[in-house]
Amino acid sequence: MNDAPLLDIRALSITARSASGPIRLIDDVSLTLARGQVLGLIGESGAGKSTIGFAALGYLRPGLQVTGGEVRIDGRDILALSAQDRSRLRGARLAYVAQSATAAFNPAHRLGDQVVEAALAFNRLDRSKAKKRARDLFAMLELPSPNTFGERFPHQVSGGQLQRAMIAMAMCTDPELIVFDEPTTALDVTTQDEVLKAIRNVIAASGAGALYISHDLAVVARVADEILVLRHGRAVEHGATRAVIDTPREAYTKALLDVARRGGSRSPEAGSTPSLLSIEGITAAYRHGGTILHDVSLSLPEARTLAVVGESGSGKSTLGRVVNGLLPPQAGTVSFQGRTLAASLDKRSRNDRREIQTIHQSPDAALNPRQTVGSILVRPLGFYFGMTGKRKQARINELLTQVELDPALAKRYPAELSGGQKQRVCIARALAAEPRLIICDEPTSALDPLVADGILRLLRELQESRGLSYLFITHDIATVRAFAHEVAVMHLGRVVRQGTVAKALSPPFDDYTGRLLAAVPTLDNVS
Amino acid sequence: MSSRALIPLRFSVREHPILSLVAARVAISIPILFVVSILIFAATEVLPGDVASAVLGQSATPSALAALRAEFNLDQPAYLRYIDWLSGVLGGDLGTSFTSRRDITETISLRLGNTLVLAAATAIVTVPAAVFLGILSVYRHNGFLDRAVNAFTRATVALPEFFSGYLLIFVFAVTLGWLPSSAAVFRDMSPGARAVALILPCITLALAVIGHITTMTRAALLNVMSSPYIEMAELKGLSRWTIIRRHALPNAVGPIANVVALNLAYLVVGVVVVESVFVYPGMGQYMIDAVLRRDVPTVQACGLIFSVAYIVVNMLADIFALIANPRLRHPK
Repeated sequence: MNDAPLLDIRALSITARSASGPIRLIDDVSLTLARGQVLGLIGESGAGKSTIGFAALGYLRPGLQVTGGEVRIDGRDILALSAQDRSRLRGARLAYVAQSATAAFNPAHRLGDQVVEAALAFNRLDRSKAKKRARDLFAMLELPSPNTFGERFPHQVSGGQLQRAMIAMAMCTDPELIVFDEPTTALDVTTQDEVLKAIRNVIAASGAGALYISHDLAVVARVADEILVLRHGRAVEHGATRAVIDTPREAYTKALLDVARRGGSRSPEAGSTPSLLSIEGITAAYRHGGTILHDVSLSLPEARTLAVVGESGSGKSTLGRVVNGLLPPQAGTVSFQGRTLAASLDKRSRNDRREIQTIHQSPDAALNPRQTVGSILVRPLGFYFGMTGKRKQARINELLTQVELDPALAKRYPAELSGGQKQRVCIARALAAEPRLIICDEPTSALDPLVADGILRLLRELQESRGLSYLFITHDIATVRAFAHEVAVMHLGRVVRQGTVAKALSPPFDDYTGRLLAAVPTLDNVS
Repeated sequence: MSSRALIPLRFSVREHPILSLVAARVAISIPILFVVSILIFAATEVLPGDVASAVLGQSATPSALAALRAEFNLDQPAYLRYIDWLSGVLGGDLGTSFTSRRDITETISLRLGNTLVLAAATAIVTVPAAVFLGILSVYRHNGFLDRAVNAFTRATVALPEFFSGYLLIFVFAVTLGWLPSSAAVFRDMSPGARAVALILPCITLALAVIGHITTMTRAALLNVMSSPYIEMAELKGLSRWTIIRRHALPNAVGPIANVVALNLAYLVVGVVVVESVFVYPGMGQYMIDAVLRRDVPTVQACGLIFSVAYIVVNMLADIFALIANPRLRHPK
């Protein structure tokens, strides 16, 4: 037709309206993408990756405004089209794969109906052909029983399957441009590996162009031909994938690479400190589900970190809930400092509760949005120590300083903080109780790599200065190697391997641990 | 408290979420109704005076008062009278009115019929209109139509019923003379005349509830419209109308059904003011009269019926929300 590139973004600038004047989100970014090519967009959250991804589809989130530049598809500026034409173009030729398939699928409709919806709406296929195409895509993406998979509702399939179903939804209209917005971030490593393979296959099979957005350089490196590094809405570095990884020019890219490469094990001081927490023969189940944990026994020495790793659904978080008393087990005991703890939280003494605190995966969900940071921290001080007035205020300042936050933040609300700051507030809240054990349930998996690195460093310093122990639940092997002393690998509710990090994560492996380790994307196994 | 009561039933009829919900609700309703009847009885006991002094008035002689009290067993201790009443109700007998000496079941069914006719007529017009206005204002979110709908609903919410009722009477009955000002209906009235008599009270009640339903429909829909799957639908290129109808509405049914239920209950139990403005012989008037005359059995009967109305509409709303929720319809 013409020889214009599929996607051509020229000097694009986008601003957000805010109470304190417009904020520039995208500043003079240009990129081109040909058919059959994959361009990786990489950067921390707030770098503007998703905004560019949306702009490539002619879509802006509410409150955003294009202040300069063009987005051309096949040489035509789509920002100049009417809203209706833009919708039609989007439905027929462009597609989007979101980070969280759980959120992006409508809970009220069957998967199959949602997958074929756009294909039907834009008259490219009739219903039976569309359904056939959906079944073919389900089969290609290796979804279970592809012929009936579409009959299910989103809540009836697993997260990894849902993510693949969303890829099927994007592919169903046979689009020319697909934007993948962190499609594997919410998945555990083994599932991520499968989804990444599926993505590479569909792109190769369809000949579409793709933008692949991620904050994880190792993941992008596995799918992208070229990489564009973004920071604060500006393009920092652009080049072929191999070249960016091997010979980065910018300091920022080097910092990202460093985090991605880190994997050096922590010094295994095989000290025989006394056991702080010991878990004996725990079997646990939820009321409406099957048994989640089968006869789990673990022990955590004082001032050490025990990492619990495994895929989602392996029972890691359930174990955390048994230890902090939220889920009384059906059998087995939890002993702390040599005493057996009451099974359920409401039977534990206030002091027992104080000594075991929890940090959750999502600080957004763990902080009350209607309370200031100060009042979030005040609660444990009053509840456990009966502090009042000036002492309380001084302690809040001290806690915020300990987690490397400005004490002035005490007056802010969680919504005014960044993800990393919010997680620091959660840590401060746990510290406020002066615990001996902190259960960390994936505390860094929702954070950008540099921010996550900062949180881990903080946790390590706190451990060294105050002798804290951590029960560290994670699916990230690199974090385990960098951070933990001991590790327990869980699979289907059982501990399949445990020991010091150096021993347990070195060969020979059992089947499952071997698979788990092989699935971790690293910069060195880029094909 | 209620969730604890639900648990054992969940297990026994677990395969049928709707049956288990109904069973659980009925099981909870019985103690609720029991407590309500005690509260109403206690409240009428606390009020100064009794039916004897209310009926005989100032000129009552002590012997006449005593005779009347003996007739209604008012000389008995309160708990005995309550037990007496309760055993009657359990046997299906609501008792006899202290003042009219007529069978309460008979009188009340007539009054309840009138109330239900007015409520149903109002609901049939108002509920679809309100839901439609709510959808329309989301469709034109922040546009002129949205603002106009908002202004209208705010005005109706702010307007007290006695004021809008008299305003309507002033305009349509007094000034224009199109409609009757009184909605008094009689046994041998023609259906046409009945319908005409109901127009003004219906509009008054509609104005009282339409704002609430519209505002909540709009809010529930807007809440859903900020979900990621709505953004996904936009990125699929679907039109705004399709997005609202197919993607937002099914997920907003629960809250909308709840606010509709709340307003339906209000149409049954809260229409006292409208009934007095239009002299309409419904339940509200009946209960107020009974309270003034200390006619305890009648007050009790009204209270029970109002409680049942609340329980039933709320249960219907929950069943509706349950049917609309695929997680509950199609468990894993």
